Amino acid sequence: MEREEVIVVKELCKSFGDKRILRGIDLVLHKGENLGIVGKSGTGKSVLTKCIVRLIEPDAGEIKVLGTDVLACDTIELNEIRKKVGYLFQGGALYDSMSVRENLLFPIRRTQFIDKKQDSDELVEKSLRSVGLLDAIDKMPAELSGGMKKRIALARTLILKPEIILYDEPTTGLDAVTSGEISELIIKIREEYNTASIIITHDMKCAKIATDTIRIMQEGVFVVEGTYDELSRSADKEIRDYFI
Amino acid sequence: MKQLKVRQLASQKIHIKEETRNFYNGIFIDLGELVIFSINVIKQFFRPPFEHRELIKQGFLLGNKSFALVGVTGFIMGLVLTMQMNPVLADFGAQTLLPSAISVAMVRELGPVITGLICAGKMSSGIGAEIAAMRVTEQIDAMEVSGTNPLGFVVASRVLATTVTVPLLVIFADAFSFLGAFLAVNVFEDTSATLFIDRAFAMLGFRDLIPATIKTLFFGFFIGLIGCYRGYNAGIGTESVGTAANSAVVVASLTIFVIDLIFVLITNIL
Repeated sequence: MEREEVIVVKELCKSFGDKRILRGIDLVLHKGENLGIVGKSGTGKSVLTKCIVRLIEPDAGEIKVLGTDVLACDTIELNEIRKKVGYLFQGGALYDSMSVRENLLFPIRRTQFIDKKQDSDELVEKSLRSVGLLDAIDKMPAELSGGMKKRIALARTLILKPEIILYDEPTTGLDAVTSGEISELIIKIREEYNTASIIITHDMKCAKIATDTIRIMQEGVFVVEGTYDELSRSADKEIRDYFI
Repeated sequence: MKQLKVRQLASQKIHIKEETRNFYNGIFIDLGELVIFSINVIKQFFRPPFEHRELIKQGFLLGNKSFALVGVTGFIMGLVLTMQMNPVLADFGAQTLLPSAISVAMVRELGPVITGLICAGKMSSGIGAEIAAMRVTEQIDAMEVSGTNPLGFVVASRVLATTVTVPLLVIFADAFSFLGAFLAVNVFEDTSATLFIDRAFAMLGFRDLIPATIKTLFFGFFIGLIGCYRGYNAGIGTESVGTAANSAVVVASLTIFVIDLIFVLITNIL
């Protein structure tokens, strides 16, 4: 049986001034799939994920998320789609002026209009429990370590029960142990929430643990696709070099 | 050799011309973008969800942070103005007019403009830096992807907060300047508080109070708007936080003078 396509990207192009970043990207993400995107810095990986949620407007191409053409959406439709797509930013992007609890309450109060304190508190606690950080509920972001920030940001993403999660370098700047924990967490979240994910990473350990397939991006195009084992044993040295 | 130098000078001249053209184009583009930005912000004032908690929080923070500075400045202004004007008025035997002259000067012009400039420096730069930092650390993007409109939560609440707090701060500044003036008047002669207040308000009418108050509403609106605009459109990297704060102060201060000039012209016509 063919799996449902949750993200379809066709011929996506984006330039900044004279610099062409994305040069006709094609991509399909299926329900329940964890797709890794690997490539050197500046090849357009983050630009691609930001185009998918329209944080960046592409120049040309087509993007369908959960069957909706996001480039043809108005603001209200786009916000509805965005609620179903979680985005984990490189630095976590926690709101500095709010405690962990308020960070998690922020999206649900504004998008799900849950007024009952008990209901929202339960959601916050459930989300924090799933990332193993219930103890940090009343802390401020400044009191958290890098790994904790990423986990809290993930909890904030999970609170809206997204169908898709876009991870932008989820393990960057973390030690090997914490990176491993985050990678395991990505797998746990897929099992618990049945999400599909795109994981941008430079961390090959994370790619090995958290992804089903990997695509390598070079200068705005995908050059090869395969599993970790296939690509790490590729006959092409240039491909193998990514996995050293 | 000489020909090469001439060619280099010519190319430098063209480069300077191009830079000048770009600079002026940049101003008009910036102005156009600011107009579009302000229209979008004003739309957010009337669009639910209304961020009343954030509005109260920002109003309290912004007002509270500037209160002491505005109070001290107002007090000193009243004190200095009285000490400067007293000898001049004494020469004409018009010392009794001192409280009235100070109250008119402070309420009509000095109170609003000086408080406006202080707020432009303190609020606009603070807002600009805060929002720029949020932009740089992707907090604004995080709001957008969670389906929340940052223009409503971050921008509209701050613009409304400054629109409300700046007029209140001007009233405080005026009050403290009266206190300063009263103390300074008492240095020269014994004057009761009742007599001072009577004289101070004798020449103040609604023609002075209403335009001054309306003017401060505009000051507050633009102080918040410019800070938010600069922060919201900050570039990438930490350098842009400083740039946003700096340019917010410069543009907001200049805007205070332009609004003041427009109001003086309108008041004079009316």
